[in-house]
Amino acid sequence: MDRDLNRIKRDLKKLLESQPLAVLATQSRAQPYASLVAFASSDDLKSLYFATTRSTRKYANLSGDSRVAMLVDNRSNKASDFRWAMAATATGRAKEVDPGERENLLGLYLAKHPHLKDFVDSPTCALCEIKVQTFFVVTRFQSVVEVHLNP
Amino acid sequence: MKLVLSLDEITQKDRSRIGGKGFALAAMQKSGMHVPEAICISTEAYHDYVTSTGLRDQVHMELHRKPFEEMRWEEIWDTALRIRNMFIKTPLPSRLRKQLRAPLAFGFSGRPVSVRSSAPGEDSSKTSFAGLHESFVNIRGLESILEHVRLVWASLWSDRALLYRQELGLDVEKSTMAVVVQEMVFGERSGVVFGVSPVHEKQCALEAVYGLNQGLVDGTVEPDRWILDRDSGKILSHHPARREKILVPGPKGVRLENLPSKLRNRAPLMNKEVKEVHDLVMKAEALFGSPQDAEWTYLDEILHALQARPITTRAASSEDQRPWYLSLHRSFENLRDLRTKIDKELIPRMEKDAHEMSLMDLSKLSDLAIAQEIRTRRVRFNEWLEIYRRDCIPFAHGMRLFGKIYNDLMKPKDPFQFTALLQGSGMVSVRRNQMLVDLAELIRKDPSNKACILEGKGEDCRPEVKKRLKRVLDQFGDLAWEKGRLGQDRNRLLKLVLQMASRPEPGTFPTIGDPKELEKEFLSHFDEEQKTYALELLDLARASYRLRDDDNIYLGKIESQVLAAVEEGRRRIQGRPMPQSKALEADDLSKAVQSEAPAHKPDQKAEQPGKKKPFSLKSRQIVGQPAGPGMAVGKARVVLDSSDLFGFQKGEILVCDAVDPGMTFVVPLASGIVERRGGMLIHGAIIAREYGIPCVTGVPDAVNQIKTGDFITVDGHLGIVIIGEATL
Repeated sequence: MDRDLNRIKRDLKKLLESQPLAVLATQSRAQPYASLVAFASSDDLKSLYFATTRSTRKYANLSGDSRVAMLVDNRSNKASDFRWAMAATATGRAKEVDPGERENLLGLYLAKHPHLKDFVDSPTCALCEIKVQTFFVVTRFQSVVEVHLNP
Repeated sequence: MKLVLSLDEITQKDRSRIGGKGFALAAMQKSGMHVPEAICISTEAYHDYVTSTGLRDQVHMELHRKPFEEMRWEEIWDTALRIRNMFIKTPLPSRLRKQLRAPLAFGFSGRPVSVRSSAPGEDSSKTSFAGLHESFVNIRGLESILEHVRLVWASLWSDRALLYRQELGLDVEKSTMAVVVQEMVFGERSGVVFGVSPVHEKQCALEAVYGLNQGLVDGTVEPDRWILDRDSGKILSHHPARREKILVPGPKGVRLENLPSKLRNRAPLMNKEVKEVHDLVMKAEALFGSPQDAEWTYLDEILHALQARPITTRAASSEDQRPWYLSLHRSFENLRDLRTKIDKELIPRMEKDAHEMSLMDLSKLSDLAIAQEIRTRRVRFNEWLEIYRRDCIPFAHGMRLFGKIYNDLMKPKDPFQFTALLQGSGMVSVRRNQMLVDLAELIRKDPSNKACILEGKGEDCRPEVKKRLKRVLDQFGDLAWEKGRLGQDRNRLLKLVLQMASRPEPGTFPTIGDPKELEKEFLSHFDEEQKTYALELLDLARASYRLRDDDNIYLGKIESQVLAAVEEGRRRIQGRPMPQSKALEADDLSKAVQSEAPAHKPDQKAEQPGKKKPFSLKSRQIVGQPAGPGMAVGKARVVLDSSDLFGFQKGEILVCDAVDPGMTFVVPLASGIVERRGGMLIHGAIIAREYGIPCVTGVPDAVNQIKTGDFITVDGHLGIVIIGEATL
């Protein structure tokens, strides 16, 4: 089992690092809302980061309810995806990072998305962190495993 | 693959990687012409730089913020400035630096050089446009050369190149730039020669000046011209210039000096030298197989070829505005002359014209005379519009020129930091607004005034209020915007001032840096000798910034006199029944009144009540240009005409098609500005920065996408406008 966990963690890390974009799901008064964001992940897989301006819907939603989900996948939109593509849905809680941590985490985020520097440097832009509780990892169409991250 | 090639190493197969200019130099050298020593930095170096630093992605982001079709020339200039700043701030990776350093140091060991663009593909006559990319002369030292190589690379995305992006096939992934680093030949006499004259195919044209070529190319120094017979080189005519100036090398770059008097009466070329230059351009034509346009210089009686490229035959279409935009790039000298003209001649004349018209008692004129007066005033106004376009708009380049020089020296994080040094230059519109704000302050202190204004009895206000109001009206009452004048209705104006009075006292505004400190730092980059130039440049930029706004105020005063005559005409037509005997006159008057086109109203799409359509579309977030930092949230006030303007409520966000100084008296009430017309240096942006309020310009179709009363967010940092609240 440990070997499987290590393998999945390795695959998961590879997936998170290879993909620039992810789908973020937020909600407001029981209405789900999905948006595409540029994200980065921490080395230990426990955190996912994304940036947004504070006047967006997703920011208003997560300010009201921090429970979010994020989908990352490597599909190529072909039939072969059913065999080869991998998708991971992370669930957890999101909030804007503390000012003390911002600079450090921004470094991590910009290492992956250097062209977004002007965007994240804007005082109106928030860097958010999802503390991941569970990854639901789907491979080969139907095979699903759960990776629980215990605090 | 070698990134740096000397001229004798270049072969036919290198053509696409060293660009047209480099290839032509190599070919001319091989054919035995005198060509200054040069090396070429190939296009692979550019690719390496933009790929390894991530610049390519940044350029991508910047260029595709908005569709080009929705961008005005001013926005394109701003975009080019931002990209240029990215190149200024991104150093060469050390690996690449090492590769370039050795051959540059070896080749020139401290001697001054020119650093020139050499775009691949630019050597075909289809895409050869002079001056789309940048070149720099008299550059010394390895560090400075490498810095200027980056500036040449950046000019692949210059505003001029972006204007011709389709012809050039500009593409972030594929487009590239080579650079020629050439030993400076400080010629005593220089010029350009066209193998075929643009006006006559059997002739060629030659232009020559004393000193360096740059003066001729940028129009600072007037050249002598010769027209020659193409085949024989025989001189057909010589047109001497008023020889007054000479461009000479300075410690850095170049400097303009007075031409020594003994040279003023002597043409820069003797007849046999004219012949020699003719031979040069014909030899180049034989070498490259098509008529050439060549730059040359004489040093110690030896003729050197500096560059050659095929002559472009660009079909000039009257629809094509781009040559006009290109002509807006003015040299320092040219701008200095323009400033004197605007300050000393045009503005006083505009004021005088408006004043003279205002003295005329229109009520005493006959109907026929009024009709005539409307037409005369319209003609006068149109003449001023033409002058405005010819002289005032190009002067706005003063601040652009300053911005570029400022960024080169200071390498600021914000490419528009330079505007902080230009603010507070005493614009007329800000003076007018201050008078209104002071008036509001008086009203705030004594509530009895408020009651009078609300009841529409402005005449019962305190004497001090009335005195101040009169002062505003005397100075600015005739200011016009969209067929309405500031002083047209006193009570309407007083109600607006009342709004100002109910605002909390204005606080301090955020700035993009302490202007005094920035100015000190900027000036510290110049040595004593250059300081006068730096101060003059700054002064010129401030004048350019201020006049940009002020010109319109004076123009508005003239337009207001047209409106006064039209108002008088309209009053007569409406006011009395048409007498039979004067039918002809009355008819003429109504024609004159009607020839005034109705106020332009963008078509506000009417909401269809009742039946719901199956699909509907609504903008949520619109991307424009970040023209004034900060964030504002509030209700939109879409201003289409003067009634919208006088209905302005404090704290609202001003949304309009194009901000005009004639309407900016509501800005002290506004918490943000949104404008369809785009740019960082236009009226909306300038006034927003004066008041420290967030501003987004270049918002496509703003007045239709946004409705009065919409709740909107103006993000002046990122240049976006969000419509509606964030609820689902």
